[in-house]
Amino acid sequence: MKLITANFLTCAVKGCKASPASFPLHFRDAELELQELDFQPDFIRNIVPRIDWHALQIMANELGFPKILDKKPEGDELKDEQILKELHRLLLETHINEGKLTCGNCGHEYLIKEGIANFLLPSHLV
Amino acid sequence: MEYVIRFAQVHETFRRPEIESLAALAGIDLEILYYDQFSPYCVIRVPTEADARTLIARSILAKDIFELWGQGTNYEEVHADVRRRTQHRWDEFKNVSFRFTIDSFCGKRKIEAKRAIIQSFSYVGFDGPIRMKNPDEDFWVLEDFVSDVEVATRTPGNTHAYSEALEPRKIYLGRWIANSSRNIVSKYDLKKRRYISTTSMDAELSLVTANMAHAAPGRLFYDPFVGTGSFCVAAAHFGALTCGSDIDPRSFKGREKNDKEPMGLFTNFQQYGIESKFMDAFSSDLTNTPLLNRQFLDGIVCDPPYGVREGLRVLGTRDGSGREEVIIDGVPAHYRPGYIPPKKPYGFEAMQNDILAFASRTLVTDGRLCMWMPTSIDEDVELLIPMHPHLEVVSVSVQPFNQWSRRLITYRRLPEGQVSDISKARQKGDSEGISADDLNAFRRKVCHQYTLSYAP
Ligand SMILES: C[S@@+](CC[C@H](N)C(=O)[O-])C[C@H]1O[C@@H](n2cnc3c(N)ncnc32)[C@H](O)[C@@H]1O
Ligand SMILES: [Zn+2]
Repeated sequence: MKLITANFLTCAVKGCKASPASFPLHFRDAELELQELDFQPDFIRNIVPRIDWHALQIMANELGFPKILDKKPEGDELKDEQILKELHRLLLETHINEGKLTCGNCGHEYLIKEGIANFLLPSHLV
Repeated sequence: MEYVIRFAQVHETFRRPEIESLAALAGIDLEILYYDQFSPYCVIRVPTEADARTLIARSILAKDIFELWGQGTNYEEVHADVRRRTQHRWDEFKNVSFRFTIDSFCGKRKIEAKRAIIQSFSYVGFDGPIRMKNPDEDFWVLEDFVSDVEVATRTPGNTHAYSEALEPRKIYLGRWIANSSRNIVSKYDLKKRRYISTTSMDAELSLVTANMAHAAPGRLFYDPFVGTGSFCVAAAHFGALTCGSDIDPRSFKGREKNDKEPMGLFTNFQQYGIESKFMDAFSSDLTNTPLLNRQFLDGIVCDPPYGVREGLRVLGTRDGSGREEVIIDGVPAHYRPGYIPPKKPYGFEAMQNDILAFASRTLVTDGRLCMWMPTSIDEDVELLIPMHPHLEVVSVSVQPFNQWSRRLITYRRLPEGQVSDISKARQKGDSEGISADDLNAFRRKVCHQYTLSYAP
């Protein structure tokens, strides 16, 4: 699972969606891997405006990354190849292979195994 | 400028929407001057030759595009039209190498007749060498004869075309401009694909779907019913990054997958060298989606289940049991390895409502949803087109089979503040989906037919 995907995910429990505590989900026991990909600056430029920057900061911090930019890059900053490359690495090349994502509201844990996160809920949470 | 598109004579109701989608994607001002479902030739107007190339480059259902040099219902008319349109340009072509070819749709011409037709254009006065391979300029005489299919459709009972000896109803002279992407269909042929299942969508229609949905470089696409990833692969071919999920993780991992082996869906991306266009796959139920209510998707492409080939299910229990958390040896049962969450049947229409509501929450403005759904040729069970106030229906295309048919509906996410006319949408409020059979008109119909056809 890539870090970018986690930026669009929250708790699948219906009652949690409205609670601010349910986003972002929190990584626990995460095993990371860097998987290199072709550099795709047009994608980064398109997607960064849709990223929740605060959530990205929290997640990057929980995963032990050095501090990322304080403010979401915009305008000319999104033409800066260095910035785009760093974001590409963080968002698309950072994989979470094993671990958990937990909801800060209900405490439910979503398992990640071999890079695949499981958001299927047991019946008592549906 | 006017151009002739030569379509493949297949998937007729998808051809025009595909070209219109590609024009919208590239921002090309397209005017369709002539289109007929029974003819491969379509006359259009676009501002420039560059537009004509761009328009055709990604098309799957078109074969190629020609600059229109002349048209008519007989050769006299064609010649007059050629003089009128192009006489002032003949000098430009005086010394280039060239070739003339005749393409007679549903008609046959003897070699001498063909030669005579080509000869009849000699007044253009090209003096350059005739080259059968890689000529500088490639001219085509396109003859449109009435097909047997057309005769049978327009006048049921009459199975014969006028007669092969008769003349075409329409003739065009075109200067070849560019080929389409039709040749990639065989590259993505399911027969040669590493990971498929019985519900994989064929390569041709997956690619058409990706065109309708405006898959393009820099964009993010999602399939909530990803299965073996046919749509993700097609959208990735056109440069989008793709993401998918499914309630059955085995559908994208592969049933026999061993630990450490790449998931089945990903091996398809590897096969085509588009790994960098794969974003993620995860397990989830669309009806209980973990995705945020945020407009972040450029496109959603899917073929939702409808209960014939595989069960339409959502999370939960049929009788509402299982409301208590189960603990085994101090560990919640749902955290134990091998735990499979219970699923219950769900209504087909309820699922479609969920998909449209999801799309309206997650698509960016002008983002597109392409959704396949069954329809029945039989009128009394024909399903209405599901609608949503934030989604405009862009096109509906139908693929007929013997016993049933399915359609591809393309929607566009409207800007905030605009609403589409949903007065024709079905009124049924069936979001509870208690019993799939009660709610699933299509399934009832098909099961019924199957029963009949399996009866001795
Ligand atoms: C017609 S198949 C789609 C096949 C896919 N287009 C492919 O290329 O393989 C429908 C898929 O929807 C999945 N499905 C069924 N109910 C679902 C639900 N509630 N949420 C998500 N996926 C579901 C099934 O497991 C199945 O893989
Ligand atoms: Zn929660």
